[in-house]
Amino acid sequence: MVLDRIEKLIESYLEGETSIAEENELKVYFSSSDVAQHLQHYQSLFSYFSQAKEEQFSREILLPTKKKNNLQMWSIAASVVVLLGAGTFMYLENNKSDDFVACSPEDNPELALQQTQKALALVSEHLNTGIKSVRYINEYEESKDKIFK
Amino acid sequence: MVSPFKDKIFRLAKRLLISTEEAEDATQEVMVKLWIKNEMLSELRSMEAMAMTMTKNYCLDQLKSKRAGNLTLVHNNYTDSQASLQQKMEDVDSWSWVEKIINDLPEQQKLIIQMRDIEQYEFEDIAKTLGMSEATIRVALSRARKTIREIMTKTHNYGIG
Repeated sequence: MVLDRIEKLIESYLEGETSIAEENELKVYFSSSDVAQHLQHYQSLFSYFSQAKEEQFSREILLPTKKKNNLQMWSIAASVVVLLGAGTFMYLENNKSDDFVACSPEDNPELALQQTQKALALVSEHLNTGIKSVRYINEYEESKDKIFK
Repeated sequence: MVSPFKDKIFRLAKRLLISTEEAEDATQEVMVKLWIKNEMLSELRSMEAMAMTMTKNYCLDQLKSKRAGNLTLVHNNYTDSQASLQQKMEDVDSWSWVEKIINDLPEQQKLIIQMRDIEQYEFEDIAKTLGMSEATIRVALSRARKTIREIMTKTHNYGIG
């Protein structure tokens, strides 16, 4: 009785005419322990179908769109910080070199002297760098004279 | 929010590409594409159909580009089938034997078996995903099922005789 129905179902299963419900009926039949001898080779097929549906995707999914945005945001933030840092450094450096205070020699001769010395030192320093490069030219001149007498 | 069918994508990809690793890569790829398209898709149902179509297309492309002349992959496939052959020798009746039979079917039949017998999609949905008529799918499915039965009966009889 049951066997008749199962055989009929298998027949239409092979023709591709069973519905999902009927196919489930077959799966249930073949998952039970008492399967007719001549149908036993279908058992592994239907149990494979049930088992194959259990397989899961185990790896974590990386969604790069979101990640890329984060990376962009971070790079923007980092460049802003770097620029700000460089700007402040330059600003401070500039301020350091010309921290001259305006004063008149009558009111505060000591400070005026200090400031003047500082200014002169600065001028001589710059002059020295200028002279240094001129020295190279002298060197060149000397060696040229040695060769072309 | 696309996770409910990531397993289905993975299983379909594995059916076509066979290697688990490649199937994982394919799933990753399809999920990213889905994620990008996310806003356009309001209905979950249409999204699933789209996911399946994308998986199918991606895997078939993948297979095509490999067949276009990648010798190392041919070699990989060879060792792969060798391994499952060994498994087969160990226990003939196990599921891996059925898997081997299904994996030897042509791509289209593999797709249909996977979607119908394993994922249990209605013919209407399969037709939409594969861009074929329901009648064509029934015919292909019937052919695939009969091929599987034939090979199984053969080996079954070998076992007895």
